[in-house]
Amino acid sequence: MSTQAETLSTLPAAADAAAAIPKARFDLRPLWLLAALPLLALPLVGSGSTWLTLTIAGLAMGLIIFIIASGLTLVFGLMDVLNFGHGVFIALGAFMATTVLGAMSGFTETPHLGANLFAVAVACSAGMAVAGAVGLLFERVLVRPAYGLHLKQILITMGGMIIGEELLKVVWGAQMIPLPLPEGLRGSLLLGEAAVEKFRIVAVLTGLAVLLALLWLLNRTKLGLLIRAGVQDREMVESLGYRVRRLFVAVFVGGSALAGLGGVMWGLYQQGVTPQIGAQVNVLIFIVIIIGGLGSTVGCLVGALLVGLLANYTGFLAPKLALFSNIGLMVAVLMWRPQGLYPLGQR
Amino acid sequence: MNTNTSNHNAPSLLTLQGVHTHIGAYHILHGVDLEVPGGQVTMLLGRNGAGKSTTLRTIMGLWQASQGNIDFDGQRISASSPREPAQTPEIAQRGIAYVPENMGIFADLSVAENLLLAARGARRLGELDGQRLDWLFGHFPALKKFWLYPAGKLSGGQKQMLAIARALIEPRRLLLIDEPSKGLAPAIILNLIEALRELKRGGEQGQAPTTVLLVEQNFMVARALGDRVAVMDNGRVVHAGAMQALAEDEALQQRLLGLSLAAHQ
Amino acid sequence: MHSTFSLKNLLSHDLPRSRWLALLLSLSVLGLALLPFIFPSTKALNVAAKVLVFIVLVASYDLLLGYTGIVSFAHTMFFGIGAYGIAIASSRMGAGWPALATGWAAGLALSLLLSLVIGLFSLRVKAIFFAMITLAVASAFLTLASQLSDITGGEDGLNFKLPAALQASTEYLEEPLLGVTIDGRLLSYYLLFFAVLGLVLLLLRIVNSPFGRVLQAIRENEFRAEAIGYRTVVYRTLSNVLAALFASSAGALLAIWLRYAGPDTAMSFEIMLDILLIVVIGGMGTIYGAVLGSLVFVLAQNYLQDLLRLGEGALQGVPLLSQLVSPDRWLLWLGILFVLAVYHFPSGIVGRLRLAAALRAHKQTATSAEVSSS
Repeated sequence: MSTQAETLSTLPAAADAAAAIPKARFDLRPLWLLAALPLLALPLVGSGSTWLTLTIAGLAMGLIIFIIASGLTLVFGLMDVLNFGHGVFIALGAFMATTVLGAMSGFTETPHLGANLFAVAVACSAGMAVAGAVGLLFERVLVRPAYGLHLKQILITMGGMIIGEELLKVVWGAQMIPLPLPEGLRGSLLLGEAAVEKFRIVAVLTGLAVLLALLWLLNRTKLGLLIRAGVQDREMVESLGYRVRRLFVAVFVGGSALAGLGGVMWGLYQQGVTPQIGAQVNVLIFIVIIIGGLGSTVGCLVGALLVGLLANYTGFLAPKLALFSNIGLMVAVLMWRPQGLYPLGQR
Repeated sequence: MNTNTSNHNAPSLLTLQGVHTHIGAYHILHGVDLEVPGGQVTMLLGRNGAGKSTTLRTIMGLWQASQGNIDFDGQRISASSPREPAQTPEIAQRGIAYVPENMGIFADLSVAENLLLAARGARRLGELDGQRLDWLFGHFPALKKFWLYPAGKLSGGQKQMLAIARALIEPRRLLLIDEPSKGLAPAIILNLIEALRELKRGGEQGQAPTTVLLVEQNFMVARALGDRVAVMDNGRVVHAGAMQALAEDEALQQRLLGLSLAAHQ
Repeated sequence: MHSTFSLKNLLSHDLPRSRWLALLLSLSVLGLALLPFIFPSTKALNVAAKVLVFIVLVASYDLLLGYTGIVSFAHTMFFGIGAYGIAIASSRMGAGWPALATGWAAGLALSLLLSLVIGLFSLRVKAIFFAMITLAVASAFLTLASQLSDITGGEDGLNFKLPAALQASTEYLEEPLLGVTIDGRLLSYYLLFFAVLGLVLLLLRIVNSPFGRVLQAIRENEFRAEAIGYRTVVYRTLSNVLAALFASSAGALLAIWLRYAGPDTAMSFEIMLDILLIVVIGGMGTIYGAVLGSLVFVLAQNYLQDLLRLGEGALQGVPLLSQLVSPDRWLLWLGILFVLAVYHFPSGIVGRLRLAAALRAHKQTATSAEVSSS
């Protein structure tokens, strides 16, 4: 019977609570690492404009990886399920992009930016929808029977990946399919002396949008609250009357859809799609979530950005080392923090 | 088995009949018979390892009863067959709240978020029942003080308060509480007793008195709150009756619980 | 009179425990031993050699996965190291037995080192982390092999010559014996055969030793094993190392047979998947599973494609279906088989056979008890 106003007045003001006792300090050290990396790279690279190009490229790549990996890490955090077949959704998204953009040549072969972005948006939606649908199937058929059994999960999801990859070859063929950027998104913009590829900017913006959407979902909605609580204590959430199984399916499908979105972006970033794209990015994703800490979204973000930036800097400074920069980073981080940058408390 | 009837003839809200629970190779409950009358507080006492916590968990469906029946409000809530195990979320949605021994606090979430989770009817903090909150704050002032604070940073006693508050944020038909007074300071225990007593009386205006099944080792709390008592030993209920009767019979206390509980404050 | 040399001893008292299994195993061993005389074709010989190599490769993985409970994706890395060891030594030092010996030893040394590092690293990280890390390390190594083309021959791999005794051109008998030319190639085959036989028997000895039993205890309940007093890290590292050494040896044998080592044949991810498939289908934690599984798998791999080709021919023109049964897509069907195996045959062929035998025995003792009591 209380009114909204009365209810709100009984809630303690944020300021009071904050003033009362200092809140837990958020662990900033990994963020310092993230900030340090570009700063370290600047003197090594030498030229400010090149540095800017590389940094934005790194951020773009990192954010795309984050989009793909965020689903996987949430799924693990919530239900202790490690999907070794996550790559299937990435590949699916990428291939869908080739089909959609191929069909929308009217929108892609014009320099009109609006049309281009529209086409890309359609491709993203299609990729997300199809990947999400396949994710639903994947969860039902492969993952559900293996809850709690890590070994079985690894084996079955790998099996799923093999089957998925082969089916992709059946539908789209086994050869590489080129994925050219829409006309208006080709080339670079000049920021001062730095040349920044237009598509990279689109990728950064998309990545930021997904990040913000995820943050909003996790922190401002009840669903997000359920996910965050479920990650900590699944049993208690069930005892409070919520069907965690359904929650999990939702997260799994969401994660798959995000992987699909990431696949679209990755395909455009590489300007070509092969059936192996899933397996290749898979390894990268695993490295990222190991670095970030299994189950942590913030860790995943930091890890993805570190990997993206490092890949681009070493690609410029020491190309031979570039392929090992990821592994090196992973080993270095694990030496410092064996459970990743932001490990989940209970695990 | 001594089964004195209580003073009231309240119908049973929760009934356990011949409940066995196996956990892996261990046979913990060996045929539990228990009746929890509506509107009253039933204490579940017994030594460590007697099976009290296991009983609560079996009721909640966190562990499956391998044999026997559990009925809530006339409806079967235990597994009807091995293919259809009891589902915890459904049991909770019937209006049963569970406060486990480890409190089940979500440490990384704030006090507010913990309460919001427990309030199934609310989608946002603003939708929480203000009157109810005020009432809770009255009994547990720490909750208001640390409203936005991560629950993991609260003291043990404050966490317990939060755990109980979570069970009370919305009206529930049955509360299952596992050793709430463990590790609490006496003053806080008094707060706890007061809050639960008020709940017995019907909380705010005209609400139906809530039924409580309370596992306790602290006999003072048990005596202060309990209308009925059931004593467990070795996975069975060995005594059930009015709390009054047990409290007045020291010889019986000695026999059932191994010590005189008047001394065990 | 009791002979110390008996079949039981040879198999380290790890008997098949099932008549069917014993029969299948005996047939397999006999078949592989006499294969050049039964099926003299080159293809058959190649298939048989591949089976032999895979038996050791998968059996060593079974040590790791089936007996110790460790999931690692770095196994093919050691396989590749063994193969490249032989190849690089033979190319650098010139064909000959010293090159083979050096190559094998070098492969073992590098595998020892790497597996030690990886094993000790598992000290600091948990099981599922470990699996992912080995995946990353293995893919990095694969890239490394392609990059260091000066040493490894890059994408194309390395061809080399075998010592004279093993070359196909070396003939030992003027006339063919039983329809088969007795030449260096045949000798190579029997080198593989006896090497594999010895390695498998050695593995049986290891898994049935006190060491092997501790591994199984750790697999079942690591916490309890640690509580009893076993330093689990030491045992798991040792298991890692042993598995790596065996895999390396398998790689060496492969290189000797193919006279070639390359990233696709020795280190590809597909081989890792093949190993997983075989170990699951054959039966984890049995060693015998690796024998039967490898046989089934390699035969399927070679002859399934022929089967699919028939199907493709039959469905010519049908758009999607013909693609599904294209022989290039044989991995799809194997993948489906794999998933079905994980679901319905978690104990694999060997497990099933043994279960059936145990049930039969149980029924027999029950009925004989009835008979004797009546």
